[in-house]
Formats: sequence, C-alpha cells, structure tokens
Amino acid sequence: MSMINYASREINCKIVYYGPGLGGKTTNLEYVYEKVTPTTRGKLISLATETERTLFFDFLPVDLGSIRGFNTRFHLYTVPGQVYYNASRKLILKGVDGVVFVADSQVERLDANVESMHNLYDNLAEYGLNLRKLPFVIQYNKRDLPNICSVRELEENLNPDGVPHFEAVGSRGVGVFDTLKAVSKLVIKFLS
Amino acid sequence: MASVEVSWSFEQQDAGRIETLLRAFLRDSQARSVLLVDRTGHLITTVGEPTRFDPTAFATLAAADFSANDQLASMIGETEFSSLFHQGERESMFLADVARRVIFVALFDNRATLGMVRLKAKSVVRELGHIFEALFRRSVAAGSPRLEIGFAAEVADEIDRLFGEA
Repeated sequence: MSMINYASREINCKIVYYGPGLGGKTTNLEYVYEKVTPTTRGKLISLATETERTLFFDFLPVDLGSIRGFNTRFHLYTVPGQVYYNASRKLILKGVDGVVFVADSQVERLDANVESMHNLYDNLAEYGLNLRKLPFVIQYNKRDLPNICSVRELEENLNPDGVPHFEAVGSRGVGVFDTLKAVSKLVIKFLS
Repeated sequence: MASVEVSWSFEQQDAGRIETLLRAFLRDSQARSVLLVDRTGHLITTVGEPTRFDPTAFATLAAADFSANDQLASMIGETEFSSLFHQGERESMFLADVARRVIFVALFDNRATLGMVRLKAKSVVRELGHIFEALFRRSVAAGSPRLEIGFAAEVADEIDRLFGEA
C-alpha cells in the first residue's frame, strides 16, 4: 500500500525481505547500506537482540531522488526469521508493496525455507493479500557454501509460479543489487 | 481477515486543512511539534518546530511502536490502546490513533503538561478522523492512485543508475 503524497510531492514504497532465520536478510540490507551513495540513503535501523539476531525489524530508506517532480523513496524492511517471532513478522507486512524471499540454499535449511514461505502466504492472507498478485522475487542465498541444494530443487520447492529468482552470496554482495533492482522495478510497474 | 487496503493519495487541499488544525493544536497545547504517520510507517506531514532527528526513521519506529501496542491490547482483551504516552526527563510524546489508519504524534517538553496535550488532542484527533475518513472513502471510490505514463520507465532508469553495482 504505497502512499503518494501530492502535498509534499513524495512517493513511498515498502519492500519487505522475508525468509527463514539466519538466511541473510539483514546482510542484504547492510550491503545496500554500505554500497549506495550516503546522500541517497537514510539511517539503517536495526531492532536486534544482544546477539544481533533481528528482534523486530531492520529498516533502510533509499531515496531515488526527484523524478517528474516526485521524490521517490523505497523503504526496505527485514523481518525476524525465527519461527517464534511471527507476531512481529505480521506487523511488518502491513502495507507491503513488494516482497523479496531470501532463501538459505543449504540442504539442511530446505524445510525451514518451505515453512517460511507458507508462513508468508498465511500472514499476507490475514491482510487480504495474495502473494501471486504482489511484486515478488526470490533470492537463493549462500550459493558459495559446499552443501547446497541445486537451483532446480529450490525452484521446485519454493517457486511453483516461476517468479524472478536470483542466486546470491549476500556476504560478498553477489546478487544483492540484482534482487533489489528487480523487485523495485516490479513495484513501480505495479503502481503504474 | 482484514480488508484489503488500497493505496491512497494525499492532496494539497487535505494538507491545508490538516495544517490549520495542527497549528491550532500546537498553539493551544504548547506542544513543540506534531507528526502524522501512516500506520505502515510512512511520514505524512509534520508541523511545528523543526525536528532534530531523522523524521523518516522516527515515523517507522512510531508505527512499529503503535502496532506492537495494538497487539498487546488485543492480548489483554482490549480492541486497541487508542493513545500512548512516553515520558522522558525533558521531552515526552503522546500518540493517538486517527481513523485506524494514521497516528498522531505530539512532541512536547516541560512547557506543556500531559493533561493539556491530551485534552487538546482529543478534539483535533476527532476532526482529523473526519478528514481522513473522507480522504480514504475518496481513495476507495477512485481506486488506487496510478502514476502517469512514462514515470515507471524513468524510475527504472534511475534504479539502474543507483543500484548498478557500486
């Protein structure tokens, strides 16, 4: 649910990074924060535990600047991946315009990915939203690790609708911007 | 299940009426500034003394604060906490719900009292509720606002430029 503010000439869109715990959602935002020009981004806010696990959310605003007189801004959020933080996850999805699902490619995390994807569908349904009708991309993260599923296997389990997917190594930034570019373009296309 | 919330737009005419109301509130209550925040975390407008913090980040955290408290309210059997108060040593803030879609945030220091802020906020929040309800009805009737043709292509170019691997 984007907001077009004709009074202050602003367009704000909300993109949420979703996925299982320790999959690399926060790492994606940290990489974006490090790499974009400081003038185009705001403060990175992390509501995390003492052990740096996301407790509520991470937030990073990225400003595209003025386009046709409108200051266009993407608000990037992550949710806490751990299963028991579902109440927080649901709150962050409120008003979402686009979703990135960050999957952990490791074999032993396949079930956690599937469970998190189901949870995403369920939580969106509570807002009357259907993931199939939202701008949505999937990122297969941690492609540099030894014990990983093939992309085909991940696609079969997580991407029956064939939405755009990207292989990534979030810790080195590989695929991070490809993912962000794809979802942000889908969001703007959706609004147009 | 919650109903689907359509995107909405905030027009110049809405801004003018709201600013007049908020300025009157600031004058009567002695509060320093007021922010209106969409429940999804977007800042709608701010009136009063310039803030010394990042208003975008503030809006996000205020929305999260309010949403978390809503859930706490339902856990103890309440439909909502329609207002919240956070007291600091010098600066305090009062938050109130407007039409279930917007949060009114008043920032005040020791020149103002909570009683006066709360009293004056009551009528302004009710007035704002009427304005926003009319605004949302208008948005529903008109459907989600659409951006003009060509806008998406320009944004896509800008996305490529900005997010082209640094």
